[in-house]
Amino acid sequence: MTNTTEKMNQSLQEARDIITGYRGPKLRIMEVCGTHTHEIFRLGIRQLLPESIELISGPGCPVCVTPTDFIDEAIWLATEKQVTICTFGDLVRVPGTTQNLGEARAAGANVQVVYTPLDAVTYAAEHPSEAVAFLSVGFETTTPAACLAVKRAMAQGLTNFSLLTANKTMDQAYLAMADACDAYLYPGHVCAIAGTALPEQLVHTHGISGVATGFTASELLTALAVIIRKQAAGKPFFVNCYPRVVTHEGSPAAQKLVRTLMEPCDAEWRGLGTIPQSGLQLRADYGQFDARVKYQIPAMHGHGNPACRCGDICRANARRPIARSLAKSAILSTRSVPAWCPMKVPAPHSISMEGISDVHRS
Amino acid sequence: MEVPGGNIGKLSICGTVNDLACMGARPRYLSCAFQIEEGFPLAQLEEIAAAMEKTAAEAGVRIVAGDTKVAGRGQVDHVFITTTGIGEVQAGATPAGNRAKPGDAVIVTGDVGRHGCTILLARNEFSIDADVTSDCAPLWGTVKSLLDTIPDRQDLHVIRDATRGGVGTVLYEIAEQSQVGIRLNAADVPVDPAVRGVCGMLGLEPLYLACEGRLVIFAPQSAAQGIVDTLRQGKYSRDAAIIGEVIDQPEAKGKVIITTEIGTQTMLPAPGGELLPRIC
Repeated sequence: MTNTTEKMNQSLQEARDIITGYRGPKLRIMEVCGTHTHEIFRLGIRQLLPESIELISGPGCPVCVTPTDFIDEAIWLATEKQVTICTFGDLVRVPGTTQNLGEARAAGANVQVVYTPLDAVTYAAEHPSEAVAFLSVGFETTTPAACLAVKRAMAQGLTNFSLLTANKTMDQAYLAMADACDAYLYPGHVCAIAGTALPEQLVHTHGISGVATGFTASELLTALAVIIRKQAAGKPFFVNCYPRVVTHEGSPAAQKLVRTLMEPCDAEWRGLGTIPQSGLQLRADYGQFDARVKYQIPAMHGHGNPACRCGDICRANARRPIARSLAKSAILSTRSVPAWCPMKVPAPHSISMEGISDVHRS
Repeated sequence: MEVPGGNIGKLSICGTVNDLACMGARPRYLSCAFQIEEGFPLAQLEEIAAAMEKTAAEAGVRIVAGDTKVAGRGQVDHVFITTTGIGEVQAGATPAGNRAKPGDAVIVTGDVGRHGCTILLARNEFSIDADVTSDCAPLWGTVKSLLDTIPDRQDLHVIRDATRGGVGTVLYEIAEQSQVGIRLNAADVPVDPAVRGVCGMLGLEPLYLACEGRLVIFAPQSAAQGIVDTLRQGKYSRDAAIIGEVIDQPEAKGKVIITTEIGTQTMLPAPGGELLPRIC
């Protein structure tokens, strides 16, 4: 303990002192981004907080808010239409009504884990006899890559590639969740793409406060300290605490790309219900790349697990003991993590199952 | 077949040699079975065999029996090699997974996660370039140096090679088998900066990436510094470090706790499931 404390630089210590010394009124801070939630958990930041500061884990993990119906649609594509599903790894464990994608794969569905949407295009090009659908989840940060994938598939003349979209934008969610907290820790990477015009505007139009921040211990603690100090002044505020990455404009190129290929639509968020105009879907001009259009996917009326408290957690209605009762293992001891939420929990048999590393093993 | 730092031939020897070494046994004899896919290039087979010969010689082990089968194309993925070994347990050496005791220091013999990271990159699934070399190494020499220098061999409570599942999985297994709690100091866990960078991009924990040349050792605090000093003289353990301790807290039994970089304490997520890169 002493050693680690000594290693902390002065500003980090100052931020820490501001946080631990806070004795003001109840302060609810929502970390919107799933990676913030993850880092706060990994760093044990909650242990530093006084009773009067509550950190609420918001809806900013694109995997966690992916609804049951979307997983059901993907499994329908894989099983009824024999479509190869390409997906980000952590979506594999998200539950559908009866199965998750991992279980569907075990039952014979072709589910490929990819790292970027462009890998799915490459897979489609290399497997012309297969129909390939990429499960396009994500916020402002990930959606441009999905759009690039469509453009690349188009340029390559691929007819066996499509997107199953569940892309979402944060702007409507900021408004929808505003009552659940006193200030947002805005998602740093979303702000890097979308810019800070909206959070700045929300200060004036809706009195919504927040700071944009990064993901290191120093950045997170600094952001919390800034919120405490600014909140004390009694006026709504926005501060960019992540200037090395976040600018007012964001990335105009990425914004234009998304606007060109996609249009807003209503979207369902797991646990929160439908938030109007908070989703993105491919424009009609790109219908041949829209899996729902291409395969005429029927409307799903799936059922989520009634024990799922994701919505309560995002709205700060769940208290620690509830989340703990859901947790399958002791690691999920803070309420920031839904019971099934994919975490950095790699496996004992991970690489070895297919890798050359353990070919010689029994 | 081939990754920076080793090939499947070297791995096939190291795996068994290291398993024996971790039992405090001097590896003596190996058997070796090849299953080879029809059409597999002979030149590559010779490279594999040469690596096996070299590694076996370094480990002081003789390959005394073997078998070769050629399978039809597609029935085997290139080549499978299975080795089995016999070793000679050294007098007084009784390391075992259930012998960790409260107060023990937890030592690793070098930076963690390098082999697993190398494999991830070699598969080329992520379009990431990084200068990472497998830590694959035969570790009998490392264990022998400890047996030769430690005043009481019984003090080597646990020696494990952190292969599948990496150091994190090994620690959880030992915590379970010994019914103790383990506390790590995050700042003391050696991780190559390139490995840390790749893990950051993919959302993986280096403690859960496989090693093929790293040991996890539990020994009383009184012996720990001597062990580390000896290890740091060794070819494959120059970056040996004490990374934590066994704690005597009933509520921590079977768990691995980490003191983070800001001094808080969190639980190392328990191992489980498939290694999946995260988008979130």
